Amino acid sequence: MADALLQVEDLTKRFGGVVASDRVSIALDRGELHAIIGPNGAGKTTLIAQLTGEIAPDAGSVRFDGHDITALPVYRRSAIGLARSFQITSLFLDFTALDNVALAVQAHAGHSFRFWRNARGDAALREPARATLKDAGLGARADVLAADLSHGERRQLEIAMALATKPRMLLLDEPMAGMGPEESARLIEILRKLKGGLTILLIEHDMDAVFALADRISVLVYGRIIASRDPAAIRADPIVRQAYLGESGGAHG
Amino acid sequence: MKLSPAPRVAVNIFLVVFLGLVPVYAALTGNIFAMTLFARVMILALAALSLNLIMGYGGMVSFGHAAYLGIGGYAVGILSKEGIDSGFIQWPVAIGASALYALVVGALSLRTRGVYFIMITLAFAQMVYYVAIGLDRYGGDDGLTIYHNSQFGGLIDIGNKTVFYYLCFALLLAGIYAVWRIVNSRFGLVIQGARSNERRMRAIGFPTFRYKLAGFVIAGAMCGLAGALLANHTSYISPAMMEWTRSGDLIVMAVLGGMRAAFGPLIGAMTFLLLEDVLSRATDYPNLFIGPLLLIVAIYVNGGIDGLLGRGHRG
Repeated sequence: MADALLQVEDLTKRFGGVVASDRVSIALDRGELHAIIGPNGAGKTTLIAQLTGEIAPDAGSVRFDGHDITALPVYRRSAIGLARSFQITSLFLDFTALDNVALAVQAHAGHSFRFWRNARGDAALREPARATLKDAGLGARADVLAADLSHGERRQLEIAMALATKPRMLLLDEPMAGMGPEESARLIEILRKLKGGLTILLIEHDMDAVFALADRISVLVYGRIIASRDPAAIRADPIVRQAYLGESGGAHG
Repeated sequence: MKLSPAPRVAVNIFLVVFLGLVPVYAALTGNIFAMTLFARVMILALAALSLNLIMGYGGMVSFGHAAYLGIGGYAVGILSKEGIDSGFIQWPVAIGASALYALVVGALSLRTRGVYFIMITLAFAQMVYYVAIGLDRYGGDDGLTIYHNSQFGGLIDIGNKTVFYYLCFALLLAGIYAVWRIVNSRFGLVIQGARSNERRMRAIGFPTFRYKLAGFVIAGAMCGLAGALLANHTSYISPAMMEWTRSGDLIVMAVLGGMRAAFGPLIGAMTFLLLEDVLSRATDYPNLFIGPLLLIVAIYVNGGIDGLLGRGHRG
């Protein structure tokens, strides 16, 4: 427990009569890849929005590296090393892939009240951005407008931008969404390489990806964590099978 | 994919040379009116340029931008009326007061977006407009004649029309260069990123509000300078300088010329004001023709008139 990087305790969020997060508690050890699965409407997106600070919880706390960050604004969470990718790709579409990543680098390179020097000629921003693009498998696509990238490439760019902020922890909100099998396989490889060096919270529908990557899996149903165990145990758990795997992921179970 | 930048460069160079030669033409032909008209074009281009910084690059559609023209103009007019003619005092006051006003308006309005932002900036500008109408000492509704131009202690005499023209010319070119540097700097990429996807900007760690506010203040200060120039140009100030339709005109100029193009505001201001000039002599209803033209540009031409000069260039 002492080594937990992210510790969520009794997080609760209601929307009217709906309890989207019902006393959710999870702890992520450093270097762990922890997956959260659950049927549609289980409250996965609400949960991640509370971790990123976009939604304020009604009760409960989020601790990161020992500090209470429950009320920390979104941009400050990025500064302390908590990065996210979006479920629906969220990029600067009218910027090139390299510009996108360079902006993420710039966000963590001091203040940006610098009004005169050409930022696109600034090696301190461009070189790390180029290296990160390469890590994310987009080295050859640096000068392509984000709007002109394929769906899979955009997802890779999402992750490159999160990585460029030099995070200690990544929150990945359905990174495989809408990807074909080949693209998924490539992304699984990229994530496998990142694993261990980074603590990752993965929210994902793709069961192949989850079981290939996760050290631990938590199952979220109606806002509640009903199980939090290693992949083999989750696969065998009758309650989980009934609540979730049996219903939509049976073929993989 | 990238088209040659040649047509754009050629047009921009032509514009600069043309504007630079207008006083020569005026001296040769005795047509002083041309110089008056193009000085006005350049002053309003400077105003449109400042608007383009926040609207074109920053995505902040300010519908009260004429207020800065008014504040800059009234700073000159009021100080002149009170016996302070020094431009070294008047102009910094014009710029400072506009910047301060921008800081207040921005701090309140930038927390909203979309149509609310537009309405709040408009409401503030209307407030300033009615305050000016209420200033009986400074002419109220009728405005105020300025009897002495801003004095620069013998350094330059802006009472001389040619000197004033070239001052406007120099300030406009400096403004275009400054905006071009700013939008490509780290700061500029932040406000452009906030236009493109503000949620993402916050997620990667940018406190976008303070950068947008800084951009808003820079634009306000720049437009305040344009207001000080305008007051000296017409030797007259009145609430009409900041009527809401004038704010609309500035938006039209920025859109017409091409947002996110270095010379777009100048092209837009020139097109708009020349059309207005020609059409108002030919017809009683110039807007009847300008309106449809704007519609055509808005619907069919991506990137305004500048957009016709080819793609493949970036802020």
